[in-house]
Amino acid sequence: MEGAEAAVRMRDITKTFGPIVANDRVWLDIFRGEILALLGENGSGKTTLMNMLSGIYYPDAGHIHVDGREVSIRSPRDAYKLGIGMIHQHFKLVDVLTAAENIILGMPGKGRLDLRAVGERIRRICSLYGFDVDPQRKVYDMSVSQKQTVEIVKVLFRGADILILDEPTAVLTPQETDRLFAVLRNMRDDGKAVVIITHKLYEVEELSDRVAILRRGQFVGDMPTKNTNAGEMTNMMVGRPVSLNIERPEPHSPKPRIVAEGLTVRDIDGVTKLSGLSFTANSGEILGIAGISGCGQKELLESIAGLQPVESGSIVYLDPESGEEIQLIGKDPRAISALGVALSFVPEDRLGMGLVGNMDLTDNMMLRSFRRGSSVFADRKAPKSLAERVVGELGVNTPGVDTPVRRLSGGNVQKVLVGREIASAPTVLMTAYAVRGLDINASYTIYDLINRQKEKGVAVIFVGEDLDVLLALCDRILVLCGGKLSGIVPGRGANKREVGMMMTRLGGEAEK
Amino acid sequence: MTQLLALLQAALVFGTVILFGSMGEIITEKSGNLNLGVPGIMYLGGIAGLAGAFLYESSAAVPVPLAGLLIALLCALAASMLGGLIYSFLTITLRANQNVTGLTLTIFGSGVANLFGGAMNKMAGGVGQISVAATSGAFRATPPFLSGLGVFSGLGFMAYLAIILAILSSRFLNRTRRGLNLRAVGENPATADAAGVSVTGYKYLATCAGAAITGLGGLYYIMDYIKGTWANDGGIEKLGWLAVALVIFARWKPLHAVWGSYLFGVLFWLYLYIPGVSLDRSSQEIFKMLPYIVTILVLVAVSIKKSRGNEPPANLGLPYFREER
Repeated sequence: MEGAEAAVRMRDITKTFGPIVANDRVWLDIFRGEILALLGENGSGKTTLMNMLSGIYYPDAGHIHVDGREVSIRSPRDAYKLGIGMIHQHFKLVDVLTAAENIILGMPGKGRLDLRAVGERIRRICSLYGFDVDPQRKVYDMSVSQKQTVEIVKVLFRGADILILDEPTAVLTPQETDRLFAVLRNMRDDGKAVVIITHKLYEVEELSDRVAILRRGQFVGDMPTKNTNAGEMTNMMVGRPVSLNIERPEPHSPKPRIVAEGLTVRDIDGVTKLSGLSFTANSGEILGIAGISGCGQKELLESIAGLQPVESGSIVYLDPESGEEIQLIGKDPRAISALGVALSFVPEDRLGMGLVGNMDLTDNMMLRSFRRGSSVFADRKAPKSLAERVVGELGVNTPGVDTPVRRLSGGNVQKVLVGREIASAPTVLMTAYAVRGLDINASYTIYDLINRQKEKGVAVIFVGEDLDVLLALCDRILVLCGGKLSGIVPGRGANKREVGMMMTRLGGEAEK
Repeated sequence: MTQLLALLQAALVFGTVILFGSMGEIITEKSGNLNLGVPGIMYLGGIAGLAGAFLYESSAAVPVPLAGLLIALLCALAASMLGGLIYSFLTITLRANQNVTGLTLTIFGSGVANLFGGAMNKMAGGVGQISVAATSGAFRATPPFLSGLGVFSGLGFMAYLAIILAILSSRFLNRTRRGLNLRAVGENPATADAAGVSVTGYKYLATCAGAAITGLGGLYYIMDYIKGTWANDGGIEKLGWLAVALVIFARWKPLHAVWGSYLFGVLFWLYLYIPGVSLDRSSQEIFKMLPYIVTILVLVAVSIKKSRGNEPPANLGLPYFREER
């Protein structure tokens, strides 16, 4: 790209939110015919920077040049006029509208809507890049990957030739990710500029031509991807050398802790969510749960925690001290949690379950402990010191323990949630999506915490979306496919493709 | 048979008042603003129209009906849009709580209307003495080309205007670009914003246009329903709340609001026409509950069926602030 005119030049961009400096004099160049990976930890300001390019935020200071001309992007409409389109991490789609209606939304044109002509144009774009979108389909009927496709088509429909994707693979299966990458390469070859925001190093290496790195709101540097390696990028991202291997200590005399037999669960609408699932979770072992999202992971954890009515089957808890066999089905959630079964579920919005956004850290710690003690008044001292401990040990980035959780960035919210669950000294620790959206550093802290629990003899059930992590961290991996058991594979030596296939097809047999 | 016809006629007149009210509210709610100030805005529209016509008729030697009609319409539209503008400024620009603002607007509207109503009563020489005969006559005259429509004939022109407006707003919401943008704003303002739709602009416009239509309901009540006078009996407020209930009953669809409003009218007046039964005042009131009971039944039925098309705009009642994280 030597000598070529940059499609976008950002210079000295600064943006603050109250006392927090999200971007501090950042420089960035984006070229056509190139895929740029924007790499950085959570809260390093990647999304903020791109939001300023797409008109969601307006910079406090700095200059943006598009095709050599200085521009002021005050709204998403301005951005579209300059050919800049962004696919947000949380999809910006209206659920009750169809794909075509979503795509045409906000576009200038004739007053009357001609949805048939829109449908035609959508089909043309789809065939050009190899998408599959049904223009008449309502968004609430779509899978996550279909929604993402609609988002991309929406941006292309507006004639964008500078595309920004914010963590596009966070919600995709490996197969879907491959398809997306193929499409992105098509676009690059078509002369478009593509920016992908990510914190997954292998994506950077697999896809991008150039990588730019942000750390704590500051631009650290950029370079052609082929001239660098994962180690160097991590060091630049974190600011100090980090080991990239997830450790996996050998399980220490595993004994069955939870034995599930023939578990069948239906949801309120009568749809079968789990059918005939049998497995054992051992103490001192991490049992990974893999599966496309919505394949019964949540129902599985919730039936163990007593939150989900079970239609048939049994879940037996073997008490580590007395060796007693306790049937968990039919017990109320509080009794189950008193046995030491802890559940930390990180939903997509990170706040939906387990934490109350408007309450501060101390109050959220209290949610677990307020029933204890006999006094009318709740004890605030213990939760406060617990909150301070979690903040200190996990490095939660917060102004103080009396800050509402809602104000923290996603990664910090998760540290609070997982930290609290671990602090209750469980015998069974269930975590779902514990590192969802977390950067490398924070993720490794969480893996570490989980490994410590495993070494203490806790039976850990780890629901994850990132297969690489599941394969590196778990002792055994249970693969779900449409609520059925597709297989249980040992974590050591498992093959990513194989597990990916098992996620999409029972038993993993390839389609002929 | 004549009884039935009389009931239907009464229902059409009654229904028209709340049809205006709820059509305006549907447009407003489609932008995500839950304006509980419907009764207040109907009050504003009604009193402003009446005041305009009253001042005109008492100053002109021979009032021209058409001029009175236009003055009343303009005054009603201006006053009710002002109500909508107050609501918009408080909830959109200052991000005040929508429920509180709406309820306050209702109290404000009824206060203003009763204050000026009382003052005009005094000027006219006593309670119930206000008369805008010429203007009211113009409102109640049936357009000549609309006679011979069976039970639908013989109504004031605004009854037909309401139906036309309902058809137009339905087409606007479902068939035009701006309608699509408006629906998106009410469903998911962040998405609409990212797509380049001016969320603030659409919310302001929809709320003010909605208020204007709602205000026409108040004007129709004054000029046609009680034939051009002022009554301090809270009649407008009662109908205003029914209009809000009708929005839910119609599941945010203007065309459903048309037959829904007439159904509410039938249910409301039913007690007068039940053959062989004469009811005392307290049992009449029980019958007047029927529209609300039907609304509750519809709510129950809709929530059991759980169809996505029947739900309120997803962002209804919530403020939008672009840089909130």
